[in-house]
Amino acid sequence: MTGFVTLLKKELLRFWKVSFQTVAAPIVTSMLYLLIFSHALAAHVHVRGGVRYTVFLVPGLAMMSMLQNAFANSSSSLIQSKITGSIVFILFSPLSYLELFCAYVLASMTRGLVVGLGVLAVAAWFVDLPLRAPFWALAFALLGSAILAALGLVAGIWADKFDQLAGFQNFLIMPLTFLSGVFYSIHSLPAFWASLSHLNPFFYMIDGFRYGFFGASDAPPLISLAVVGGSFVALCALTLGLLKTGYKLRY
Amino acid sequence: MTAAIDVREVHKRYGGVRALAGVSLSIAQGEFFGLLGPNGAGKTTLISVIAGLARADSGQVRVLGADVIGEYRRARSVLGVVPQELVFDPFFTVRETLRIQSGYFGLRRNDAWIDEILHHLDLQAKAEVNMRALSGGMKRRVLVAQALVHKPPVIVLDEPTAGVDVEMRQGLWQFVRRLNRDGHTIVLTTHYLEEAQQLCSRLAMMKAGRVVALDSTHNLLQKFSGLDLKLRLDGDAPPEDLAGWVLGRDGDCLTLRLREYAELEDVLMRLRRAGVTVRELELQPPDLEEVFMRVMGRS
Repeated sequence: MTGFVTLLKKELLRFWKVSFQTVAAPIVTSMLYLLIFSHALAAHVHVRGGVRYTVFLVPGLAMMSMLQNAFANSSSSLIQSKITGSIVFILFSPLSYLELFCAYVLASMTRGLVVGLGVLAVAAWFVDLPLRAPFWALAFALLGSAILAALGLVAGIWADKFDQLAGFQNFLIMPLTFLSGVFYSIHSLPAFWASLSHLNPFFYMIDGFRYGFFGASDAPPLISLAVVGGSFVALCALTLGLLKTGYKLRY
Repeated sequence: MTAAIDVREVHKRYGGVRALAGVSLSIAQGEFFGLLGPNGAGKTTLISVIAGLARADSGQVRVLGADVIGEYRRARSVLGVVPQELVFDPFFTVRETLRIQSGYFGLRRNDAWIDEILHHLDLQAKAEVNMRALSGGMKRRVLVAQALVHKPPVIVLDEPTAGVDVEMRQGLWQFVRRLNRDGHTIVLTTHYLEEAQQLCSRLAMMKAGRVVALDSTHNLLQKFSGLDLKLRLDGDAPPEDLAGWVLGRDGDCLTLRLREYAELEDVLMRLRRAGVTVRELELQPPDLEEVFMRVMGRS
C-alpha cells in the first residue's frame, strides 16, 4: 500500500508543483471560452427548457476542462518519464500494475476535478447555476475524468514521442470533446449530426453531467450512465492489459 | 544456498538483432561479480532482463530464488539497480527523490538510512537541491543512492563510474566494498578493467550476446595473463636456459613471462650464474586488459 500511496502522492505533487500551468491556466482558458461564446452565441443558440445559453455553457465547459486535464495529466506524466528515462524508477520497483494504474488514474482524476471545480467556482460569480441532481453530476465527473485519465495512460504508453501524443490529443480527444455538445444542445443539430453525436461517448459524459445541474438532458441519464460506465470498464480492461504485458514499457 | 542471480539459457532478440544468445550464469550470494564485454555485447540487455525492464524471449532468470516474471514483486524488492543512463525526475529535490524511491519499495520512514547514504556518497550538501541543478557526477551519485534506498541484498551497477571524477570513484568503491563486506551481492559492469580487476572476485566476459569466459578473476589472470618481467641486460646475450620464459625482445630489452613470483628468484639466479649484469628490471603484474583482449580475440 505504501508504494501505491507514494506514487499517488508523487503524481499529485508533479502537477501541484506547477499548478499555475496545470490548474490556473485551464481555468482561465475556460473563462475565455465562456466570455467569447456567451457573448457571440447567446442570441443565436436555442437551448431547450428555457435555460440561458451562458448558464447552459458552464457545466459543459467545466466537464470539458475536467476531461482534457485528466487526459493531459496521465499522458504527459508518462511520456515525459518515458522520454527522460525516469520511468525506470517505477519499472525497477515492486509496484504492481494495478497499483500503477490506480495511482496514475487517481492523480489525473484529481487534477481534472480540481480544474473542473475551479471553472464552476469562477463561473458561479457570473451566472446563477442550479444544481438539481448533484449525485448525477458527481458520478459523471468521476467517471468522465477516470475514463480520460485511463485514455491518457493508453496514449502515454503508446506514444514514443511528444509528436505522437499531440496527434492523439488533437485528432481524437479535441474533436470528440468539441463535437460532444459542450457548446450546443444536440437537439438543435440536423438529424444526421444529432444521431452521429450519439456515437460519441464524450457526448454522454457532457450530457449526463449537465443533467446533474438542470435535471434535463438530451439523452436519458441512465443510458448516459450505462454508456459512460461501460466505456470506463472497457478502458480499464485495456489499460490494465497493456500494463500487465508491459507493452512499450518493458521491451 | 540459493543463488543471488540465476540466469538460465536466456535468449533475447530486438527485431533482427540477437542481443542475448543463450546466456547462462549463476552468481552466488555475497559475490562481487564483474560483467565485462565490448559495447553491444549484451551486458545491459542482460541486466535489463534481470531487472524486469526487458522480457526474455526464452529462458529463466531468478533473483534470490524469485522468478523475475512470475514473482516479479519479490524479485524486484531484493534488487537495486543503478542504470547506465543518467536519468532523473526534474520535479524533485535529492531528498524528495530518495523518499519517493523508498516509498515505491514500501518504506515510509527511511530518513536515517537516506542520511547515511547521502553521507557515504558525499551528497549531504545537495540534499535539498533540485535534481535539475546537479552536475552530471552528482546526478550519478543520486542514481546510486536511489538503488540503495531499500538496502537490497543484490545490487547491480551498470557502468556506475562512467564520467565520474577520481575522488567520487574512490568514495563510491569504498562504500560498495563495505556493502559487499556486509553481505550484499554486487554485480558490476564497467569499461574500466583495472576497477574490475581490483574489485571483482569472479568475472563473466560477454561477446555478441554470449558468455565467452566465466571464471574467478585469479584464474582468468593466470590462464590468459601472467607476470611480465622486463629486463635490460648489460650487453651480453641472455643465457639460453631462459628461453622457455622469453615472451619478446626489443633491442636490449627482454620481456619474460613468469607464472608466479617464485620464478623471479630462479631467473635472477640463472643470470648471475651466466655472469650477465642486469641494468634495469621492471615487474608488471597480471593485467585484466590483456585477458580481455585475448578472450575477445579468441572467441
